[in-house]
Amino acid sequence: MSEATGLSSAAPNGFVRVWQRSSRIDPRYLIAFLITLVLVTAQLRYHMLGSYDRLVVALGVCVLTETVLSLFDRGKVVNLLSAYISGISLTLLLKPQGGSLLPFVLGGFLAISSKYVLKYRDNHLWNPTNFAVAALLLLAPNHISVLSHQFGNDVTTNLLIWFFGLIIAARVGVLHITLTYVASFVVLNTLRAVALGQPVLAEIAPITGPMYQLFVFFMITDPRTIVRGRRKQVTVAVLIAVMETLIRLASDKGWALPTGFNAAPAFFALALVGPVAKWIDLRANAKRKTAG
Amino acid sequence: MAIPFLAAMLLAMRLDRGTSRAASDAAHPGFALRDETSAAGIHFVHHRPTFDRKIAAIEPHVAALGASVSVADFDGDGKPDLYFTNSQFGAANALYHNRGDGTFEEVGASAGLADLNRAGEGVSMGAVWGDIDNDGREDVLVYRYGYLVLYKNVDGRRFVDITAQAGLRRWMNSNGAIWLDYDRDGLLDLYVTAYFRSDIDLWHLSTTKIMHNSFEFATNGGKNLLFHNLGGGKFEDVTDKMGVGSTRWTLAAASADFNGDGWPDIYLANDYGPEELYLNQGGRRFVLTTAGLESESKSGMSATLGDAFNRGRLDAFVTNISARGYLFQNNNLRLNQMNESGRFRNVAEGAVADAGWAWGAQFGDFNNDGANELFVANGFISADSSRSYWYSMSKIAGANARFFEDASTWPAFGNSSLSGYERSRVYLNRGVAGWIDVAASVGVNDLYDGRGVAVADLWNHGGQDVVVANQNQPAVLYRDYPDSSNHWIGLSLVGTRSNRSAIGAEVVLETGGLTQRRIVDGGSGFASQNDRRIHFGLGAREWVDRIVIHWPSGTEQVLSRPTIDRITTVVEPER
Repeated sequence: MSEATGLSSAAPNGFVRVWQRSSRIDPRYLIAFLITLVLVTAQLRYHMLGSYDRLVVALGVCVLTETVLSLFDRGKVVNLLSAYISGISLTLLLKPQGGSLLPFVLGGFLAISSKYVLKYRDNHLWNPTNFAVAALLLLAPNHISVLSHQFGNDVTTNLLIWFFGLIIAARVGVLHITLTYVASFVVLNTLRAVALGQPVLAEIAPITGPMYQLFVFFMITDPRTIVRGRRKQVTVAVLIAVMETLIRLASDKGWALPTGFNAAPAFFALALVGPVAKWIDLRANAKRKTAG
Repeated sequence: MAIPFLAAMLLAMRLDRGTSRAASDAAHPGFALRDETSAAGIHFVHHRPTFDRKIAAIEPHVAALGASVSVADFDGDGKPDLYFTNSQFGAANALYHNRGDGTFEEVGASAGLADLNRAGEGVSMGAVWGDIDNDGREDVLVYRYGYLVLYKNVDGRRFVDITAQAGLRRWMNSNGAIWLDYDRDGLLDLYVTAYFRSDIDLWHLSTTKIMHNSFEFATNGGKNLLFHNLGGGKFEDVTDKMGVGSTRWTLAAASADFNGDGWPDIYLANDYGPEELYLNQGGRRFVLTTAGLESESKSGMSATLGDAFNRGRLDAFVTNISARGYLFQNNNLRLNQMNESGRFRNVAEGAVADAGWAWGAQFGDFNNDGANELFVANGFISADSSRSYWYSMSKIAGANARFFEDASTWPAFGNSSLSGYERSRVYLNRGVAGWIDVAASVGVNDLYDGRGVAVADLWNHGGQDVVVANQNQPAVLYRDYPDSSNHWIGLSLVGTRSNRSAIGAEVVLETGGLTQRRIVDGGSGFASQNDRRIHFGLGAREWVDRIVIHWPSGTEQVLSRPTIDRITTVVEPER
C-alpha cells in the first residue's frame, strides 16, 4: 500500500518527514531561530536596533550571567540557548532613554539571575525576559520604555513573523496557548470596547503590534514556565487575558497605575498570573507525587 | 546569588531617581533668561483651529500646530521685529514693531498681515521672511493649512498680497517653509514642506483616512514643493525637476552647504519617518542621500542648525518625542562629518537626548562664552492633567497601519493631555563634558506647549533673546542677560550679487583657538526664523583675528580684526 502510493504522495511525505524530524529538535533551537528571524527582519527592514552595541551588551550580559551562575549553582555551564533568547528579546523590547546601555546590562542580569533566585522546587517561576522588562518598567520608568512602533506598522513583516511563529509554536506544542490567548484578547477587548463606547478596532489593534508578537511567541509560551497539561495551559492563557483586560479597564478608568501597567499591560498580566499558576501547578504535582 | 540580584534591583531604582551631576555648572551658567513678555508689550495669544466634525474625536491632535514666530526687520530700522501666526478663523496674526526702547507695538492690521485666517483660505501655520526681489525690504510668505500666501513689502509699513501673480496660490497643509538660493542666481527660492496630503481640506473632509500609514516609516504625507524664483516676483514649481518632492510628513526644513561644495543642501525633519538630506548637485538637481540618517527613524519635529562643538561645521539638532515609560525616541544631535565620511553622526546622549515631547529648538550662545547653548520648547497638548492620552496612543501606535490610518478608528481624545505641561529645556554646552539642563537656574520655568522658537538680539545689546510661540497659549519673550564680562560681535550682512537678505551666507569666525560657524537663517527650527543677523560670543577674548564670509554667490570675503561688542553691517563686495 505504501509502495503503491509512494510516488504520488512524495511531496506530502516529504513535508511530514521534515515535520517529524523537527520534533527531535530541542524546542529552544526553534525558538532561537524564530527570535533571530525577528531580529534580522527588524534590523534589515527597519534599522530598529539603532546601533549594535545594545545587542552586544544584552547578549554578552545574558550569556556571562548564565555561565557564571550555572557554574556556581550546578557546577557546570548549562546550554546557553536560553540566555541567547533572553538577550535578543531584551534587545528588541527595551527602548532606553538617551541611548543608555545600562538598562541592557541590568535587564540581562535580572532576566538570567531571576531564574536562579526566584525558584520553587527547582523551577523558575517567571519567564526571564518578562521578569526583567516588568521589573525595569516598574523600577525605572523614567529610563525605560518598551517596543511599540519600531516594526514600521507593516503588514508584510507581521505576516512573516506570524507565519513562522505559528509553525514553530505548533512544532513546540504550544500553539493552543498562543491561539487561546489571541482569541481571548480579541473577545475580551471587543467586549471592553463596547462597554466603554470606544472604537473596537482601537482596542484590538495592539494584538497586531510587534510587542504582542514577541509576547505570544516567546513569553506566554515559554516551555520552562508554562504549567503542565493542555487544559491547564488553556486556562492560564485565558486568565492572563482576563488579567490584562482588568488592567486595561483600570487604565480606562484613569486609575493611578504605574506607567508600565498602561504601556505594557500584557507583560504585567503575565508577570502576575504566570508565576502564581506555575507555583500552584508545581505544588499540586509535588503533592500528587507524594500521595502516589 | 540573591545579593547581586537585589543589588541590581536597587541599582535600577537608583537609576530612575536621577542625579544632578554638575550642579555647580547649573548654578553658574553665565546667563539669565528673564520673562519680559508683558514689559515688552507683547500680548499675543495663539488660538488653535477647529476642523470638520468627522475628526472631532482626535481634533486636539490634528489641531495641535500653528503657533509660530519669525523675526524680521520689516521697516529696516536696524531693530528686529516679530511676527506671530494664529490658527483659528477670525483670529489675527500679529506683527510686533520693535520701538527700540524695549517695547513693541502691534501693527499687524495696518501692515495688512493680520487677517489671514479665513474660511476657504485656511489658517496660518507659520511664516518666513526674505527679500524676494532684492529691493531692500523683507517680504513674507505665510504657509497655512490652506493656500500659501506671499506678501510683498511695499514701503516698510504696508504689505500687499502678490500670491497669484507670483504663481504660488497652492493649497497645502504646510507646517514649514524656508528661503534658499539653490541655484545661486541671486534670487531667493522657496521650499515649502507639506504635512497632511495637499488634496485634503480639513474643513470639508470627503474621507477620514487622512492619517499617516506608519508611525515610523510613513510616506503618505503631502508633497513638499520647491519654487524657483524667476525674478519679477514670479515663481515656478520645479519640485519634480529638482527631485525634492518628499512625501514623508515633513515638519521642518533647514538649508546649508553641509558638504562644503558651495551649494546649499536641504535637511528635512520628518514626523513618522527618518530625516532626509537632499544634496544639491550644482544647482541642477538634488539627490537624496542617506548620510547615516536612515538608521534611526523617529518623529522629527524641528531642524536646527548650529556649530555644536566649535568645529567650524554646521551640525543638525532634530527634536523628537520622549515620554516616560512609553517612548524614548530621543533627540538627535548630528555632527556634520560629510567631508570626512559623507555622514552625520548622532552624538546625543544624556540630558540633551531627552527633552520630553520636544518641538522648536534653536542654538544660541546665551552666555557669550564662545560655545552654543540650546533652547528646546516642549509639550504637546496640555488639557486635563489627570488624564493622559498616552495609554490610548499606545494601543494603536504599534498596531498595523490600517488601524490608525483612518482617523475614525482612533480612541477619542476627550479632554486628555498628551505630554502636556512640560517645561522648556535650556542646555548649557560644556563641550566634551556634555550638555546639562539649566532652564530652572536661568529662569525658564513656563509649562506652555511650546512650538516655534526664534532667537534674536531684540535690543541690540549683545544677547540672544528667545521668543517662544506656544500652541493655544500666550507667547513668551525671554530677554537674555549674558555674562557682562564676555565679549561678542554681531554682523548684519547685505547681499549684492547674492540675495539681499544674505540668506544662506555662512560666516566663520577665527580667533585665539576658537572657530565658529554661523549661517544667515532662511527659516529653521520648527515654524520659526531667527534674526538674520549673525551673533558670535567671544568669551574673554578681546579681539577677533578674522572672519570669513562665504556668500551664496560664491564670493569669499575676509574681515580682519573687526570691531567687537557691536553689530557691524557688512556689504557683499561687487567683485
